[in-house]
Amino acid sequence: MAATEQEILEGLGKIINEITGIPASEVTPEKSFVDDLDIDSLSMVEIAVAAQDEFGVEIPDDQLKNLKTVKDVLTFIQH
Amino acid sequence: MSANRVRVVVTGLGATTPVGGDVTSTWSALLAGQSGVTTITEDWVDTVPVKFAGTAAVDPAEVLPRPEARRLDRSEQFAMVAAREAWQDAGAPEVAPERLGVVVSSGIGGINTTLSAYDTYKERGWNRLSPFTVPMLMPNGPAAWIGLDRGAQAGVHATVSACASGAEAIGYAMDMIRSGRADVVVAGGTEAAIHGLNVAAFAAARAMSTRNDDPAGASRPWDRDRDGFVLGEGAGIIVLESEEFARARGARVYAYASGVGYSADSHHITQPEPEGRGIIMAMTQALNDADITGLDVKHVNAHATSTPAGDVIEVQAVAKAIGTHPLVTSTKSMTGHLLGGAGGIESVFTIKALHDRIVPATINLDNLDDGIEVDLVYGANRRLPEGDIAAVNNSFGFGGHNATVVFKGA
Repeated sequence: MAATEQEILEGLGKIINEITGIPASEVTPEKSFVDDLDIDSLSMVEIAVAAQDEFGVEIPDDQLKNLKTVKDVLTFIQH
Repeated sequence: MSANRVRVVVTGLGATTPVGGDVTSTWSALLAGQSGVTTITEDWVDTVPVKFAGTAAVDPAEVLPRPEARRLDRSEQFAMVAAREAWQDAGAPEVAPERLGVVVSSGIGGINTTLSAYDTYKERGWNRLSPFTVPMLMPNGPAAWIGLDRGAQAGVHATVSACASGAEAIGYAMDMIRSGRADVVVAGGTEAAIHGLNVAAFAAARAMSTRNDDPAGASRPWDRDRDGFVLGEGAGIIVLESEEFARARGARVYAYASGVGYSADSHHITQPEPEGRGIIMAMTQALNDADITGLDVKHVNAHATSTPAGDVIEVQAVAKAIGTHPLVTSTKSMTGHLLGGAGGIESVFTIKALHDRIVPATINLDNLDDGIEVDLVYGANRRLPEGDIAAVNNSFGFGGHNATVVFKGA
């Protein structure tokens, strides 16, 4: 992938803002989706669908459930 | 009628329609005789014989917060906008969740979602579908989302009967209150069906106007040159309460919701029964339920959709069931036909007419058809008399469903 971590973070912030209304600036690597951002499991599916389109990666359900923090997603998309 | 029966009052009104994004702007437009029907430019328009519709004056997706709008089908967006307006208009009643109900219907459900999700599924696969696809396409979705928004627990229902759906919803809501199941019920109808497939299908039934050179003149109930209905979209929602509950909290009361009548033609799946027997039965039952006679009814907001078959049958039935004296209008001449939303917005209009004592004129009625004896309002708006009067909203649907709701001045 050519995108840098910062570019992915910005793209993810936009997606999360679009889906949940959470300001993109609050989407930082250390945040937990459930505990910090209050994002439920169906919203995670929506985010995953949008991220798959945006970044061109498949996120299988058995992987999705392991993505607990924003950093986890950044790492998954980069590898 | 039992003297101690629970009486139901209307305390809140909400609407988003082809002529306005709320009740105030919609009602002003109706009194000014404005049509909400315009040429449409969607990419499918070249594939169908109808090139116009009553598109909503205000896009609900622009009104709702973005994260909410993307989880709601357009029919749900309309319903949510109108329900919130009605709730605020009622003064946001404080009611226990187990005493609050919702009855909101649509005729067709989330068909835009059904069709766009099918494209996504075919072209990109199941895992590109939103996890909210099912609640967006299910016909009980509008009721369910409003129930969630308000925390309603007394029961959340969606009566489905094509173009009678909205009126049936209001009747069902009245019965929830009268039977003691709820103190407050949010009720009405919604529809968002301006899509190529629906237009094609209604056109295939030869039910739609094809007056493409004059969209604003296309919906012309009772006019000799009418050629079918015009598709509209939007929602109308009202807040109903037991009179006791509303009075105790000092609510403003617009009107009594005092009677409802239902019937089924059992004649033809889409054609009206030529003698109007089913709709006479619905109106008669509604008057009996309201414990009034035809003479008490001073206004009828007719179903009249601008189809050659239905319009005259209806007013001949009005003459038999109620009399020739009420002021009869068809606001569909301006809004087009909202299908399952019709009974919702037209109940709002009936209540506004009673409350403001004015009946908006039917537009586009240039040459009155034969066989009409009732007092149609056209050319200019007409005043309703002061005093203790009633008004009727009729809604009829494909399938032979008939529903009549009676409101009385407060």
